[in-house]
Amino acid sequence: MPSYNISQYSIGLQVNGEWRTIQVRTADTLLYVLRESLGLTGSKNGCDNGDCGTCTILVNGVPIKSCIMLTVEANGQHITTIEGLTHSPIMQAFVQQQAFQCGYCTPGFIVNCHGLLNAHPDANEETIGIWLESNICRCTSYEEIHKAVMSVFTSNNAAKPTSQGS
Amino acid sequence: MNGQAVGKSVPRKETWEKVTGRAKYVDDASNLGLLHAKIAISPHAHAIIKSIDLSEAWKLPGVRAIITGQYYPVLTGSPLEDRPPIAIDKVRYYGEPIALVVAEQEHIAEMAALSIKVEYDPLPVVNSPTEAYQKNAPIIHEHLAMYKRTEEAIPEAGTNVANRTKIRKGNMEEGWKRSDHTIEVHVTIPQSDHAAMELRSSRAEIVPDGKVIIHSTSQSPYVIRRAISSFLHIPLHQVIVHTPLVGGSFGGKSAIQMEFLAVLASRAVGGRAVNIVNSRELDMISSPVHIGLDARVKLGCTQEGKIEAADILFLYDGGAYSDRGAIMSRAGATDCTGPYRIDNVHCDSLCMYTNHPYSTSFRGFGHPEMTLAIERAMDILAKKVQMDPLAFRILNAIQPGDTSPTQTQLNRSNLGDLSMCITKLKTLIRWDEPSKAEIHGYLIRAKGVCCFWKNSNTPTNAGAGAIVMYNADGSVTLLCGAVEIGQGTRTALTQMLAERLRMDEQMVQISTDVNTESDPQHWKTVASRSTFLVGNAVLRAADDAIKQLKEIASIVLGYPPTELDVGGGRIYFIHRPDIGIEIIKIANGYMYPNGNTIGGQVIGRGNYSMQHLTQLDPETGKGTPGPDWTVGAQAVEVEINTREYTYRIVKAASVIDAGKVINPEFARGQITGAMSMGLSFASREAFQFDPNGKILNPQLRTYKLIRYGGQPEYLVEFVETPNLEAPYGLRGLGEHGLIGMPAALANSLTNAIGVELNQLPLTPEMIWGMVHDSV
Repeated sequence: MPSYNISQYSIGLQVNGEWRTIQVRTADTLLYVLRESLGLTGSKNGCDNGDCGTCTILVNGVPIKSCIMLTVEANGQHITTIEGLTHSPIMQAFVQQQAFQCGYCTPGFIVNCHGLLNAHPDANEETIGIWLESNICRCTSYEEIHKAVMSVFTSNNAAKPTSQGS
Repeated sequence: MNGQAVGKSVPRKETWEKVTGRAKYVDDASNLGLLHAKIAISPHAHAIIKSIDLSEAWKLPGVRAIITGQYYPVLTGSPLEDRPPIAIDKVRYYGEPIALVVAEQEHIAEMAALSIKVEYDPLPVVNSPTEAYQKNAPIIHEHLAMYKRTEEAIPEAGTNVANRTKIRKGNMEEGWKRSDHTIEVHVTIPQSDHAAMELRSSRAEIVPDGKVIIHSTSQSPYVIRRAISSFLHIPLHQVIVHTPLVGGSFGGKSAIQMEFLAVLASRAVGGRAVNIVNSRELDMISSPVHIGLDARVKLGCTQEGKIEAADILFLYDGGAYSDRGAIMSRAGATDCTGPYRIDNVHCDSLCMYTNHPYSTSFRGFGHPEMTLAIERAMDILAKKVQMDPLAFRILNAIQPGDTSPTQTQLNRSNLGDLSMCITKLKTLIRWDEPSKAEIHGYLIRAKGVCCFWKNSNTPTNAGAGAIVMYNADGSVTLLCGAVEIGQGTRTALTQMLAERLRMDEQMVQISTDVNTESDPQHWKTVASRSTFLVGNAVLRAADDAIKQLKEIASIVLGYPPTELDVGGGRIYFIHRPDIGIEIIKIANGYMYPNGNTIGGQVIGRGNYSMQHLTQLDPETGKGTPGPDWTVGAQAVEVEINTREYTYRIVKAASVIDAGKVINPEFARGQITGAMSMGLSFASREAFQFDPNGKILNPQLRTYKLIRYGGQPEYLVEFVETPNLEAPYGLRGLGEHGLIGMPAALANSLTNAIGVELNQLPLTPEMIWGMVHDSV
């Protein structure tokens, strides 16, 4: 049997707090590897083109669409997926507001909101809008997502009166 | 908690799975050992396939099978069998599957699919339903006369008509004679897409005894079973379908498409499990899409504004194959007048073949499209008789005692209360204030209104079953075939069951998955019919379980079952509620102190089928297509810049007769979700076809959807006029928020700029063009 050896690279990355070593093709997207090699199927594929945000993860705390990041670029990076966000106040707020219907876009939205909360704990409505328009919800829970996010940021901003946008 | 589950906003059963990323959709299963299939598609909208060269594709490593239309040349489709799962001899739309590759790895399958070389002879392209209707139009289906069909479709051989539904009511000559004013309007709506966030995917394997096991993201697991059984000529019980949570569908996953491909792929590799997932691009153009419409409406009314006659032609853009487009065009006919009393009606509603992607059910099922046509006509006629648009609608609003276009007698139970919806809407949107106002300079705010109605066009025997099983701890498990597509039906059904059993809703358990091998059948999760059909079955199953509990309790307590009642986790004596027995002691049979046991696990069963529905008369349309209507009134308020025609949707309002609201939060979510989808497709969504029928925008980057921040302020209110045949009196509401949105948006923008806007999508460019064409 002839071998068909395409380049495989050994990559080390930290996923949800644990270091993992994996073999990947150069063309493998991070989304593909998270789902197919690591079994982290909370990140969804909605377009494979960076358009819809269902695959949003955190790379070193910053929201990234994992369908347009190559896995080789993640070498040595800290990755957080929805499975790694166990105690996010955003998650609780989504539950409270029932800010989802089919739930397919929900992990991407929650991860993006969580990244926003870390980056701009006192974000104003405009900043929130700019960040969240990168994700699509087709069932439309935008109104409920808005309420969920505002509930977290409002309690945050109340705690820190020096509120300021990005 | 006793019987307080209905009317409460309980959270979805699968809440925590969904927010933690643990919720499993079809494509989230482990891929170990799976083969992967990819589709090669046609780059032509209409062409003869001259030859297919697979040699390059076979050279790629790990390719296990490549099949073309010749591998299994069988036609599929319901009600008309006109579609090969893989094109045979000719292609009829851009994106049609022409071959299927199965490989060990997904990327190899994709590379192989792209390496297939096909030689085509292009044919003239039919690019709109109006073109398709012309006498000399190229014929898309030469063998239309030979296709197998059910009586639901009446195709016209030698033309591009896949189905024609006729409505003939009253006397047109009389109607026009009584009309002092007449108007005509021509409305066009291009095809667009469902664009559910979850891409369509299916997994199939054929085990050695011939059993076919399918996992599919679908609204119709029981129809998949039937379709695959007849497709492969195997017994129904040998097809097992699993459907877990579905990531949105909006009608688009009611069609059977990927399942045929998955099964063929598995068959081609000796039955191994094969997975097939669409890319977004293929999901938009190769799988079925949202139907389009060209409509011509002529209305006439008296001096006083009473509508006397309607002449209507609907040409639906069904695309290359008829699928549910045939039934959608019929649905448009059955409700063709909108919710108005019109005694003289002539309507032809046609599903036209074109060289566009084929269409299937889309939220609203033919109604949002025809409602735009009727409601534009209503506004234009109101203007002509110089009446306020809402007053004109109130005057003509359909009422109990009237008849529908299909001559069904209407009453409060089957119709609901449209006048009440309009009255409430008036207050909700402050209609007494001017409907148009200048904000400053070139910025104008304006309102537009509309009404809608919708019955379901369901098979006359559509039905559902339900099983209610008591567990040893007194909790209850509900088994049923309604698919959870995000609408919350499975949770709402547990509420209805808890209400009937007078128990805590949290003690009623339901899985997230449907399995045709163990769950009782449900026709399909479509047509806003699941809470009606399954709901009725659930109540009957509950009553059956209660009867069994009472029988055991009667023996233990020594009172006749008729004098016992259920509640608070007990069966008790009606006249002395303190005398009773806990359900936990009898749910799995009652054991006497000496060990003797009577009864066993309490398992209630129930079923329900549509009652008194009939086929339509082919010449007049007379008949009963569905059990009840949902009626409503809607409005949109826009703020438009009259120099560049950019606009913002400020408010959108719906007042809907829901019969009974089971879960207020879900109900509102269904309405606002549907409104968003209607506003999105009315304001920006459309496939852009080039003259050769090629789609130019098959990506979410170029095909725009409303994003976060684009949502208007939603105003939603309900009227509750019970449907006496439905559980707790409920009416369907999953689709209805969408129906009037395109019309209300078009009416508000027309009101703002004074130019009739009769085509979608209402982009600033389109409005600019219409304004400049009109001067």
